Amino acid sequence: MTVDELLKQPGVWLAPGASDGIVVSSRARLARNLKDAAFPGWAGEEECERILADIQPAIEKSPALQPSFVLPMNTLDDLDKQILFERHLISREHAGRGRGSALVAREDESIAIMVNEEDHLRLQAIRPGLSVREAWQTIDAVDSDIEKSVRYAFSPKLGYLTACPTNVGTGLRASVMVHVPGLVLMNEINPIIKGISKIGLAVRGLWGEGTEAIGNMFQISNQISLGEKEEKIVASIEQIVLEIVEHEKNARQRLMEKKGSVVRDHVGRAFGILSNAHILSSKEALDLLSGLRLGLDIGILKTKKRQAVDSLLLTTQPGHLQKMQARRLRPKDRDLARARHVRGELLRAGLAIADEKRGE
Amino acid sequence: MLCESCNEHEATVHLTQVVDGSVKKVHLCEDCAAKSGLDVHGPISITDILLGMGGGKIDAMAEDRSCARCHLRRSDFKKTGRLGCPSCYETFGTELLPMIKAMHRREQHSGKVPSSESMTVKMTAEVAILQQQLEQAVAAEDYEKAARLRDAIAEWRAKAAADSEAEQK
Repeated sequence: MTVDELLKQPGVWLAPGASDGIVVSSRARLARNLKDAAFPGWAGEEECERILADIQPAIEKSPALQPSFVLPMNTLDDLDKQILFERHLISREHAGRGRGSALVAREDESIAIMVNEEDHLRLQAIRPGLSVREAWQTIDAVDSDIEKSVRYAFSPKLGYLTACPTNVGTGLRASVMVHVPGLVLMNEINPIIKGISKIGLAVRGLWGEGTEAIGNMFQISNQISLGEKEEKIVASIEQIVLEIVEHEKNARQRLMEKKGSVVRDHVGRAFGILSNAHILSSKEALDLLSGLRLGLDIGILKTKKRQAVDSLLLTTQPGHLQKMQARRLRPKDRDLARARHVRGELLRAGLAIADEKRGE
Repeated sequence: MLCESCNEHEATVHLTQVVDGSVKKVHLCEDCAAKSGLDVHGPISITDILLGMGGGKIDAMAEDRSCARCHLRRSDFKKTGRLGCPSCYETFGTELLPMIKAMHRREQHSGKVPSSESMTVKMTAEVAILQQQLEQAVAAEDYEKAARLRDAIAEWRAKAAADSEAEQK
């Protein structure tokens, strides 16, 4: 499997989720390290290569991972790494590493293992919609397969030991990505973020730590990994996401009742700009696509190919855009190419304003 | 969006902080963020913040101890927020444990244990949690629950003892 072949798949991270479109995807990741080796950031390249050689056979043996593929970081160019990053298969930090670091993943991208990122192993499973429990069970099974032939660094007191003390214990980070334009439009998102932070969960932007929430997308994840069982961590994320979904549905309903023309204006403008713009930055594209998704969710817009609209979230990203054009583009040319791509795709999807409310 | 500090460059660093229970957002350009001491290329983690607060204390300790196995020094950890190897947790235990407790609000693992670990290790993790629940039950004067928990703890201890006996034979 090559990076080019991956592009033929829709990707899991930004795949269309549940029917109401509020929960986009769920992810569970485990941090694991070998007992008798320095952590990747402190080990030299040579030691990392040795660790990779030791660990790779154990990973590839896992039945849950089949069929799998391996991409060593030092064989990839910047554009390939950017694509893997945009598909959420590797992190920025992993992309910055070279010899001795690799991605091992299932061909359908539902399971991805970063070898020698911050920890020796970062195992992740991604699922569309609200299925954080299934994601955790999937990755837990892969972890149990690997530990049959690998001795992990583990302390009875602190649990699984990790390069950064923020991840000790279960090494589990469970996260769910939600699309909540209703809460943003109603100005109700900040109190919710505040409430979530108070109960030990974190809210992040689209691409994880240190990124801003764009396109009204937020990732909700656990901050605490020590002292709580995996089941409990997963259950508390699930519960809070269900509450957010309820709030979002409620906000959308109130918006339609009280500010129907504001919503139709918001969606209509997003549709108008995306269908006609000739210069489009990736942030603007994501923000406007949020309007389209909202319009489709609540029936202001209609299309026979929802997938074509949803997949624009990924294909308007700089890496994917350049790969599709089969050449590197300067940011200015990217904005031109992005606008052209979006116009074409929306036309192809037959996106239109649903008739009933047109006259208002 | 322009940088809130210099009002000249495009803001590319967006920080959301919770200060005294209210959400604050700061938008800066890369230069101004770097000037205010933020490492814009590395992830900003709780460690950095906690270490930043406790940094003075660590500096004040004259000796810069290092890990016998991987040779990471205390000052290296302070700089990067990352440890060198699993043994560092023992080497720097006295400083790390309070930090870990501040981050996680807990200091005892509960949950999965590698299958290769002994029954005693599994017991330690299970019993620590049961013990907490027992204390809560006693505090709430739910003695029926407390009795059940006490039995569960005894059961784990017996299992671990039988297991280590079997191993010695």
